[in-house]
Amino acid sequence: MIAKMRPTRRRFLQGLVPGIGAISLAGCDNLSRSPFFRDILASAENLTRTVQHAVIGEQALAKEFTEADISPAFRANGTTQPDDPDYMTLAQNNFADWRLEVSGLVENPASFSLAELRAMPSRTQITRHDCVEGWSCIGKWKGVQLSRILDQVKLKPEARFVVFTCADELEQTLDGTGRYYESHDLINAFHPQTILAYDMNDAALTVPHGAPIRLRVERQLGYKMAKYVMKIEAVESFESYGRGKGGFWPDRGYEWYAGI
Amino acid sequence: MSVSTTELSVRPRRILVYRHSVLTRITHWINVLCILVLVMSGLQIFNAHPALYFGQKSDFDKPALAMRAVNGPDGAPIGVTTIGGATFTTTGVLGLSAGSDGELRQRGFPSWITLPSYQDLSTGRRWHFFFAWLFVINGAVYLIASFLNGHVWRDLLPTGRQLREIGKSIGEHLRLRFGHGDEARNYNVLQKLAYIGVIFVVLPLLILAGLAMSPGVDAAVPWLTTVFGGRQTARTIHFICASLIVLFVLVHVIMVLISGVWNNIRSMITGRYAIVTTAGETGDKP
Repeated sequence: MIAKMRPTRRRFLQGLVPGIGAISLAGCDNLSRSPFFRDILASAENLTRTVQHAVIGEQALAKEFTEADISPAFRANGTTQPDDPDYMTLAQNNFADWRLEVSGLVENPASFSLAELRAMPSRTQITRHDCVEGWSCIGKWKGVQLSRILDQVKLKPEARFVVFTCADELEQTLDGTGRYYESHDLINAFHPQTILAYDMNDAALTVPHGAPIRLRVERQLGYKMAKYVMKIEAVESFESYGRGKGGFWPDRGYEWYAGI
Repeated sequence: MSVSTTELSVRPRRILVYRHSVLTRITHWINVLCILVLVMSGLQIFNAHPALYFGQKSDFDKPALAMRAVNGPDGAPIGVTTIGGATFTTTGVLGLSAGSDGELRQRGFPSWITLPSYQDLSTGRRWHFFFAWLFVINGAVYLIASFLNGHVWRDLLPTGRQLREIGKSIGEHLRLRFGHGDEARNYNVLQKLAYIGVIFVVLPLLILAGLAMSPGVDAAVPWLTTVFGGRQTARTIHFICASLIVLFVLVHVIMVLISGVWNNIRSMITGRYAIVTTAGETGDKP
């Protein structure tokens, strides 16, 4: 059929295919940058969250593994050495002067030293850490359940989210929105496997992995598990934090609900 | 095929038969869009960590597949791809390639095949999950309707006779000879097997492997990831199934091109497919 075509038509059609390809590629890049179209694409996140919430059940546990499954080399991602001077001072003193502030919409604001957290009942879990990039590592985590802390400070009824403010600046910005933070709903906050981990693989958490504590939320992707946690606040809305999307990476286009 | 009453009409005539239902046509073109977006955004996601593993966790020193840039013998960067233990130089395509700015950069798949073309994992995920939902819903509509209206039994399942004559069909395909007469009213046996394999084996496996990568789904259905042999194996199977879909699409498009391109395309738009028949009847009614 092609052979019967006149040369100009043939040449036109031959040029058409790569032409359309190049135009549609550029068009897709423009769509990718268009806020309107990004909002349409982002609507799938609500569907995913709704369906997962319906299917998973609030208390379902992430799979736990055995000692033999632990990764020999657990990759540290994001910040691996915060350059905040206050943090560096705390680290030099082995975090003896570090205190975790718990405030916001709570009845009894409190702060905890590392020793106080360690003195509380602990939970140990060997879980798989899934990075949004696609890789997985298995580690053993020991820490205090966030629910214990929240029960102690007593959330006010209007509290809907818990915001974690961190010591690390992952991106240098003029307005300070490069500081790492994350937020979770109360389902994740009170989940039994949600812990403030101070030990990793039977040793005190190291700086690359978020010392003195990192959050573990085992049914979500790695970026939801803030490292270098300094402050926990119960809030009704997280819009006033960072750029308003509820986390450092959500502010940069990633899903706030990171169950997939 | 009955020519009993109209002996005069055995002269071969070209007629239009109604070949594809409106549902098949609509879901087909939605599939075209979805598969294009899913493959390209999938490669964008893959490029965030262009390596595959087996098991639950990533053994970074022993990937099953990895693409990266290294310094070549003369110090200039080259792209290398490692599969199993073997390493291949793939500069310009895998591991190291030029983007639209012409600058060589380390990246798994080249920018012309990823969505967006520049490295942007979060946007790739946005595209991927939106069109994954569309693809699954579209596929569910097609499947439910096709079971209900008999499309699966009538058009997709090969007949016993077709299966017995599969050798003949393979021979015809190898000689690029395709039925144009009454046998072209139905899908041929290789076509049917390819469609069944894609619809009932590769796509379900691909979707389940994709779900098995989700930490949320893992908590809800822990056995799913276990069945696949771990999250990293599921990711590898997801990649392999997607590659099979790309292979299917390539063969499919080639077959469309060489077996009468305009006739094929028209039939997937209007539903009507031209055949040359010696039978007395006229074109089918929809």
